[in-house]
This record gives sequence, C-alpha cells and structure tokens, in this order.
Amino acid sequence: MPLPVATQTSVDALPQRRRFRVSPVQVLACVFVGLIVFWLGANLIDDPTHFLDLFLVGLTIGMVYALIALGYSLVYGILELINFAHGDVFMLGGMMTVTLVGAFGLGASGNVLLWIVPMLVITAAFTGIMNTTIETVAYRPLRNAPRLAPLITAIGISFILQTVGLVWKGPAPVSIRDDILPNSEIFHIGKADMTWNQLIVFVVTIPTLLALVWLVQRTKSGKAMRAVAQDKDAAAMMGIDVNRTISFTFLTAGCLAGFAGVLYALFATNVQFDTGFRLGLFAFTAAVIGGIGNLPGAVLGAILIGLIENFNDGLTRFTPGSDWKSTIIFVILILTLVFRPEGLLGERTPEGG
Amino acid sequence: MPGRFHLGSEVSSAWWRFLSTFGLTPKRFHTLPGWQQRLGKLAVGGVIAFLIAIFVNVLEASFGATGSTSIFTFDSTAYLAFLVLGLIYVPEWSKVPLIGKIAIPLSALALAITFPYWAGHMFTIPIFGEFPSTETGVVMLVFVMMAVGLNIVVGYAGLLDLGYVAFYAMGAYTAAWLASTQFAGAKCPKPGFGIDNCPVATVPAVDFNLGGVGITPGIGGIHVSIWLILAAAGLLTALIGVVIGLPTLRLRGDYLAIVTLGFGEILPQIARNGNDLGGFNLTGGPQGITPVDSPGFGNNLSNWTGGFLPANYLTSPNSARVFYWTALALVGFTVFCSIRLRDSRLGRAWIAIREDEVAASAMGIPLMRTKTWAYACGAFFGGIAGAYFAAFKSSTFPQDFYFNISVFILCMVILGGMGNVWGVMLGAAFLTYLNQEGLANTGAWLNLHFGTHVDVPEYSGGIYGVIIVLVMLLRPQGLLPSARRKRELELGTHDEYLYDVETHDESLYVEPSEA
Repeated sequence: MPLPVATQTSVDALPQRRRFRVSPVQVLACVFVGLIVFWLGANLIDDPTHFLDLFLVGLTIGMVYALIALGYSLVYGILELINFAHGDVFMLGGMMTVTLVGAFGLGASGNVLLWIVPMLVITAAFTGIMNTTIETVAYRPLRNAPRLAPLITAIGISFILQTVGLVWKGPAPVSIRDDILPNSEIFHIGKADMTWNQLIVFVVTIPTLLALVWLVQRTKSGKAMRAVAQDKDAAAMMGIDVNRTISFTFLTAGCLAGFAGVLYALFATNVQFDTGFRLGLFAFTAAVIGGIGNLPGAVLGAILIGLIENFNDGLTRFTPGSDWKSTIIFVILILTLVFRPEGLLGERTPEGG
Repeated sequence: MPGRFHLGSEVSSAWWRFLSTFGLTPKRFHTLPGWQQRLGKLAVGGVIAFLIAIFVNVLEASFGATGSTSIFTFDSTAYLAFLVLGLIYVPEWSKVPLIGKIAIPLSALALAITFPYWAGHMFTIPIFGEFPSTETGVVMLVFVMMAVGLNIVVGYAGLLDLGYVAFYAMGAYTAAWLASTQFAGAKCPKPGFGIDNCPVATVPAVDFNLGGVGITPGIGGIHVSIWLILAAAGLLTALIGVVIGLPTLRLRGDYLAIVTLGFGEILPQIARNGNDLGGFNLTGGPQGITPVDSPGFGNNLSNWTGGFLPANYLTSPNSARVFYWTALALVGFTVFCSIRLRDSRLGRAWIAIREDEVAASAMGIPLMRTKTWAYACGAFFGGIAGAYFAAFKSSTFPQDFYFNISVFILCMVILGGMGNVWGVMLGAAFLTYLNQEGLANTGAWLNLHFGTHVDVPEYSGGIYGVIIVLVMLLRPQGLLPSARRKRELELGTHDEYLYDVETHDESLYVEPSEA
C-alpha cells in the first residue's frame, strides 16, 4: 500500500502532539493511585504511631517476601516456568526451622541469636537440595515438552510438597514461642517502635540480597545464568552447560526460599502446611508487579505487597480488612498483568510480558 | 526417535534391552501375529501382577494386623495389577473390529443407564470396596460434566484454566439465588439476630414463583423451575467467562493460568464474605445458601405422563435414581455438544491455536474471538454442572469452591487424556469415585492389612499431585489419549534443543504406529 502523503507530514507533528496525549488507562491508574494515597493519608493522620508500626512490620514481611519472589523471578527468568512448588519449598524450610528450634533446645529458652546462622545454613541446604532434586526429577524430563506440561507438573509437585508438610507436622499450624526472637524495641521513630526481631530480619535479608546481586552480576555462574536466560541454544554453543546452570539456578532459588523459611518461621512464629501455597502466590504477585525476571523489581514488588497486606490487615479507616486480603492482592495481580504485564521495572517485550 | 519424554522412553528402552538379551528384539516382536503379541503382553502383565502380589504378601507378613486374610490380599493385588496393565495396553480405537465399535459404546451406555439397579448387588471390589452408591454416581456424573467442560478449554484450546471452580461456583450460586428463600427478606446477615432486631438493613422481601416445585405458599424468595435455572446458570457463567476472558486472554499461557487462578481465589472469597456487602446478604457467607429447591416437573406433567416424570425429585420414592438419570441426560447433552463443537469450524480453530498460535493467526483465525468462545463454552458446562449440583445437594457453601477443586478437575482431564472426551470422562468418574468413597475404602483396607493408622482421604491432595506428576512424566497423553494430542506430544511442537540431543541406539527403534 502506498504511503499517503498526509501521513508523511503528520509524522513530524507527532512528537509534539504525543506529549499531551493521555490514555484512559493512565487516567484510571492515576485515580487508583490517588485513592490509595488518600486512604493511606487519612489513616496516617488518624493514628500516626499505629501507621508507622504497621509500616515497619509490612517492610519486614516484605523483605521476607522478597526472598521468595526472587526465587520465582530467577526460575522464571531462566526457564519461563512459574514454579508453583516454590512456595511449598519455602513452607518446608519453615517446618525445618521449627524442627531445628526443637533440636537445638530453643523451645523453652536459650539464645536464638547464636543459633540463627547454623539454622540458616542447614535450612538453606535442605531447601536448596530439595529444589534442585525437584528440577532434576520433574522438570528436566519435560524440557522439550509443550509449555503447559512443566507448569502442570509444578502444580502437582506443589500438592505433593503440601502433603509432605501435612504428614510431617499435621494439619494444625505448628507454632514456636512468640518471643523466640527478642521483640523489645531498639529505638523509636516518632512513637513507633523498631523492634529487635524486625532488625534481625533486615540484618539477614539485606546482605543476602546484596550477595545475590553479586552472584548474578559478578560471578561466572551468574554470567552463565544470564546467558542461558537470554538464549539457551546460543549459550550451549558458547560452551555453557545449560542443564547444570539451570540446576544451579534452582539451588540458588531454593537457598533463598530456605532463608525466607527461617525468617518467616522465627518472625511470624507459626507455619502451616498450606502457608507456602498462599504466601507463594503473594510472592509471585510481587515478582509480577516488579517485572518478572527483574531482580530489583521483585524486591520492590515484595515490599509493596508486604506493606499493602499489613496496611489492609491493620488499618481502621476505609479498610476492607483481612477477610479480603487475597481478593485485593489478586486484583492487583490481575490489573498488573492486564495493563502492565512487563511490571513496574520490567521492559516491554513483543510478546506482551 | 519416538517419544520426546525421556523418562518414559528410558523405561521402554531399558525394557527392550532386557528382552533383547533373551533374543526378543522389538523388530521380532512386532512381526509376530497379533494374537501372539497380545498373549505376550498379557503374560508379562500376569507375571508383574504376580510379583506385586508376592511383594504385598511379604509386606503384610511383616507388618500385618491380626485377623487379615492373606488370600484376599493376593487376589486383590492381582486384580489391581491387571486393571493397571489393562489400562496401559488399551488398544487403539481404529484397530478395534467393527462389532466392537458398535457393541462397546452400546453396552457402556446400557451399563450406565442401569447402574442404579446393578451397582448395589455387585461383588466387593478388592481394595476399593463396594461399588459406588447411586448418590456417588450423581456426584461422579456432575464432575464428568465439569471435566468435559474444562476439557474444552484445556484440551481443545490449550488454555490452562486454574480457576475453573469459579464457573462451578457461579452456577451453584445462580441456582441458589433463583431457587431458595435467600431473598425472602426473612434472614438477618449477622448471626445471632432475628429479622426484627437486625442491626443492618435487610433486603426487601421478594416473592416470585416461576415453575418451582414443592414450594410452601407464602414462603417468599425466588423460586424458578430448575430447568430454566440450568439454562440461566449456563448462560450467565458463559457471560462471566467472556468477561473474565476478554481482558486476560491476550496474555501468554502461563500468565493466563495465574490470572484464572486469581479469579478462582477471588470468587470463593467473595462468596465467603458476601453475607454483608454493605448490609446486603448476597451469598449467605460461610453458612452458604440452604435449602435450594428440589428439581421436579410439577404435578401436571407428572400426572400426564403417568408418573414417569417425577413431580418432585426430593420427595420422589426413588430420589437418588431420578437424580442419577437426570445427571446422565445432562452428561449426554454435554458430551454431544463437546464432540460436535470439536468437529465444528470453531473446534478445529481451537485445535489449530493449541498447536501453533502464530501459524493459526497467520491462517486467518481470530485469536481473541476463538479463545473467548472456548472460555464461554467451557464455562457454560461448568455453570450447568454447578447449578445441578446445588439442586442435588440442596445447598451451596463457599468451601465447596476452593482451589483444590480446580486442580482436582484439572487432574481428571490430565489423567484421562487431554482433548479426548472419553478419556476425560473415565478420568473424572474414577477420580470422583476415589474422592467420594474410594480413598476412604482404600485407607480402611490399608489400615486393616498393614496395621497402620493412616487417614488416607486427608492426603488426597498429595495423591492427586502424584497422579499429575506421574502422568505428565510417564504418559503425558493420558490414559485414553486423543490420536492428535498423542502425535503432538510425541513429535513435539518445536525444534529439538541443541543441548538435549542424545544419541539413540537404532536397534531399539520401535515404530510409533506399532508400539
């Protein structure tokens, strides 16, 4: 079709006109953000102390979600597979922590701080090896199968792991002493308390995140991971052992899930066999919000989800309450996928995310 | 190289390696006459069954509880092994002789229709226990209907729907809204309050009757005939399917799965919290809506047909049988529609999209419209099944619609064979039976014979998980594969990756058509 002359001239005028064009989606997004700001503002004015307390708890939980979300993001980045079983690996990490608390004799008393490093190491080894085994046994044979096959298998594995948790610890939530981490305050921000258990979570998660960035950006394995994520065939031609790199990614994701399991179990002090499935979906939402496959995005999304969850549970004015928690988080997920499938920090791909 | 699924092909090549040491190479085996091949397979099945039986007997001798009969154990394990092997060696339909092609469907239909008469008088199946009761038969048929509906979405169009239970819930709640006293205005949404001292505003009373049967006059609420409700529920859920589908269907396969999962979580939560939506009691909350009116044809039709059509199902003397036959008729309708849809222009478009979306689009298939139709059709049958189930149970509760039900239905489709209606029906009937009676019976059997104290139904989730994983790894085409799907899975939908190319022993080559 010959190009009409009129179009040719309007091309020059286009950049100036486009600057003022606002799509209805952007208007809706602005209204939505405005409503959220109004909601948060009203609550902040209402009870600033409570608001700040919730903010700190939300931030802490968000950091734990970040560790899980990174696992989803890493695996999705490399295999384009939503690893439904990841949340349940995290749950089994939490169960392992509960067992270790008993094994180290911390149930009655004792200084948990001394034991937190061995606990992290043992749990991370446990979940890392489990995640790698799952990959080898269940996902690797399906590498060339139609896309839905590994996804369906992942759901099956998720149910199996939930049942493992059920057999291991029973249907009721298993809890540990709620002062296993000291929860006295360290310092005040206004009237809100920054407590020790929140600080411990930050002290563990922030170096872990930095170490992950170093692993992915600076090491040879990280380079291999990025190469495989971009193009498996080209990576294989460059001499990268693709299967081994994928296993390594699952190991890393599993270790992160193990860290998250320890921190969640110690911070929330109870774990149930279906905790992993629920929180796994929240963490997956976080990964999608940030832009799946994008590591800083996963952390940002996780913190947002942690904050939203805690504000929704705890705030009083204009708040739906915890009855609607999943609805809110899944509505956010659906809106993100529909209107911005590349996430907040992701790049738009031709396939539309 | 046949079979792209490495675990399965590894097992089969190991097996042939083993047989080759006795001089039985695949080539020799396949040149034997058909009856000898079949005899050989049966003999192998018998040997494996025998070994399993001995294994179980040894186990039982080690752990066995007192008072168990070991002969029974032997029988039952052999029976089970034969059943499993029978399923593995299902002959291809095209190779069944003509007389079988006529006789098998007719006898299956006759067995299904007469099921309420013979099931109660049959022998006890080893391990699984009694034959399912007629009530369980109704539940099985409802799930068959849902699985056939989901098969349209997952099996034909290749769209993974993890929130199918949302459609089921919509159908059930439609039935409950249109055939109960929910909107009679006589209930207070807050528990512990009467209508007089209710702290929140209640709905104005509605009193509407359109063909409802067995209604006490003046009871209030909406009472519509079940036959209208079935149609209404189907159409409404199809509409919901379109509404959910339109924004989400442009997403890629695995994102679509997540979005449907989201809807599958949101709808039950709305149902659970829906007893106080700004003071309006929509769903009855955790208490659900109960009772839902009984299906029935009313006194006039019943008298006119001489009692052939029952006036009211619940008060009918053979209530369970009437429910069963109605469900069977609905299943027949669903299967008929499903097969006609599959062979229609639309159905071929679905299959084309499943096999290669880009190529289908290039051939002029409108992707969005075709996918939305798949959603609407799948949702339609889910809605009908949900509405009928609510009428059968005479209640609707939010806990009937959790995520595990979605996975349960998906498991039926996968086990039976994605895309093949008959396989899906088999898978649905078997798994629903397991869920309703089978697992409890099996658990009781295990506990009796091995002295364990395991509550097997509690672990049903894990059992479905194991079924899903094993089927995906060992027999991804399902128990009764559709011919097209099987080829697709064997030949794959995209190029072989460089790093996974393996060398294969040509002497082990088995012709796909003969294997």
